[in-house]
Amino acid sequence: MRNLLEWFTGSNASDPTKKRRKVSRTAYIALIVFTFLSIFPLYWLFVVASNSNAEISKIPPSLVPGPNFFKELKAVYAAVPLTNALVNTALIALIVAAAQVFFCTMAGFAYAKLAFPGKKVSLVVIIGTMMLPSQLGIVVLYIMMADFFHWINDFKAIVIPSMIGAFGVFWMRQIIDAQVPNELLEAAKIDGGKNFRIYRSVVVPIIAPSALVLGLFSFLGTWNDFLWPSLVLNSPKRFTIQVAVNQLNGTYTVDYALKMCGAFMATLPLLLLFIFVGRRLVTGIMDGAVKG
Amino acid sequence: MALLKREKSKVAPKNKGDRWGLAYVSPFFIIFGVFGLLPILFTVYVSFFHWDPLAGHNFIGLDNFRNLFTDPYFYRAVRNTFSIFLFSFVPQTILALLLANFLANPHLKFKVFWRTILLVPWVTSILSVAIIFSELFGQNYGMVNVAMHYLGLSHIGIHNVNWVGQTIPSHIAIASMIVYRNLGYASLIYLASMLAIPRDLYESASLDGASKLQQFRYVTIPQLKNTLTFMLIVGTIGGLQTFLEPLTYGGVQGGDSRQFSTLALYLYEQIIINNKLGYAAAIGVAITLITIMISGVNFLVTRRISGSEA
Repeated sequence: MRNLLEWFTGSNASDPTKKRRKVSRTAYIALIVFTFLSIFPLYWLFVVASNSNAEISKIPPSLVPGPNFFKELKAVYAAVPLTNALVNTALIALIVAAAQVFFCTMAGFAYAKLAFPGKKVSLVVIIGTMMLPSQLGIVVLYIMMADFFHWINDFKAIVIPSMIGAFGVFWMRQIIDAQVPNELLEAAKIDGGKNFRIYRSVVVPIIAPSALVLGLFSFLGTWNDFLWPSLVLNSPKRFTIQVAVNQLNGTYTVDYALKMCGAFMATLPLLLLFIFVGRRLVTGIMDGAVKG
Repeated sequence: MALLKREKSKVAPKNKGDRWGLAYVSPFFIIFGVFGLLPILFTVYVSFFHWDPLAGHNFIGLDNFRNLFTDPYFYRAVRNTFSIFLFSFVPQTILALLLANFLANPHLKFKVFWRTILLVPWVTSILSVAIIFSELFGQNYGMVNVAMHYLGLSHIGIHNVNWVGQTIPSHIAIASMIVYRNLGYASLIYLASMLAIPRDLYESASLDGASKLQQFRYVTIPQLKNTLTFMLIVGTIGGLQTFLEPLTYGGVQGGDSRQFSTLALYLYEQIIINNKLGYAAAIGVAITLITIMISGVNFLVTRRISGSEA
């Protein structure tokens, strides 16, 4: 066990005479293995989506993409309004992301740099709600949407509650507190800057990278959310992409090629987005991490 | 919580800013109050009712909770939730620490590439991951069983595992979906903390003759205490919400004999199938109480440990 652990941590204490490599071979092997494990399921998603069910259900199964992708895609379109769902989702996610960035940076600014009544108490409440499971409020929220707002099948039911989030406010507060020096705000004030102008021309430029990451988080979270949309949207024209993909079931047996084709179409836009923003997400996650 | 301590006298001096401060937070207060806080508080109220979205509602006192405590499905869901949590959280933490340890090496080549590629699964939706893994864990043609066969596991009696029908294998399959999606993210969190550890700690440890393994055990791990606690609490909260993986894997009951039904899935079933919103609210309250209890225990245990180490 001990040897195994030493092998894992790249140590060769058992043989101190051996010249130590700067990075053990184990590290590269492990990283390559985990890269493979990360990518293979997504590759497999396309393999199944482009093969007939018969091609997959043989041993050994086919490991390469087949010619059936567009045939499957047609079947997906026959089952659910896919383009509609993609457009719905992109719109909802964009609006939510923009609103989150706008409202959370503003509230975060107030918590970091301004005084207002109830500041301490409300911050404790925000942190408290971050510790609660998101399903806690969902029953009542559903009752509110159904009986009070009458927003069932209305995108407002998804957009408005998620325009703001405890996590976003708290995170932006931390960022502004750490990155925007008070002296800069004082100087801007002496120069006669109005309060909102100070926020816009001093605070926003400094925290823009973090705010962008917050926007990306919200976009991804909204795009991938299933529970809440599945409760409040039940007309196919209103489906978001996750709800639509979830409808893809075979009549008698599970049609994996069909399901995987839908899942592929739901994932492809995010993978394309990831090519451009992946590095930024990495930085954002690492910046937001608790250190120590 | 440690983050809160940062609030020091640095806050700009009080002036007529009160008005401005309120202007900045009021949109947040309104939306958060109506759609965040109000539903949470009101849930407790609804949990005292028999609440049917069509037939209306009537007050039944503690009956929902009484039923919950004698509901065998509820206990099964509790068991499954914890089992799946352990099967996912423990391996995930170990693997993430190892990966972070590799990624933290300053001489590693293609740093950014590794970090980025490991995050790819995290942008994939839970639904897509669950669909892919349901296929991979299929009993007859699933890649996992096929791979195990070719790896020779059939010689030690493991072959053609029924990953859906059997309780423990189904928990492992669901846990693997969770680990797949979260591993990169967790690795990055641990990596960020590892990079923040002062390098001279390692230098003095290595001068004292500590091996890499000893450095990992006696320098890295203690330095990551806060992060580990944080991840444990976040992981518990997330683990108690596990819902979409089992739903996709085996339907709203979580398998034919509810062998992988979870608490959150049971709550969903009450809303979607049974129209028992009061009962669903009671389950929500129960999930919350369990979360609070575990977080409390986590907190006490880590305080105890850090107290004895200091």
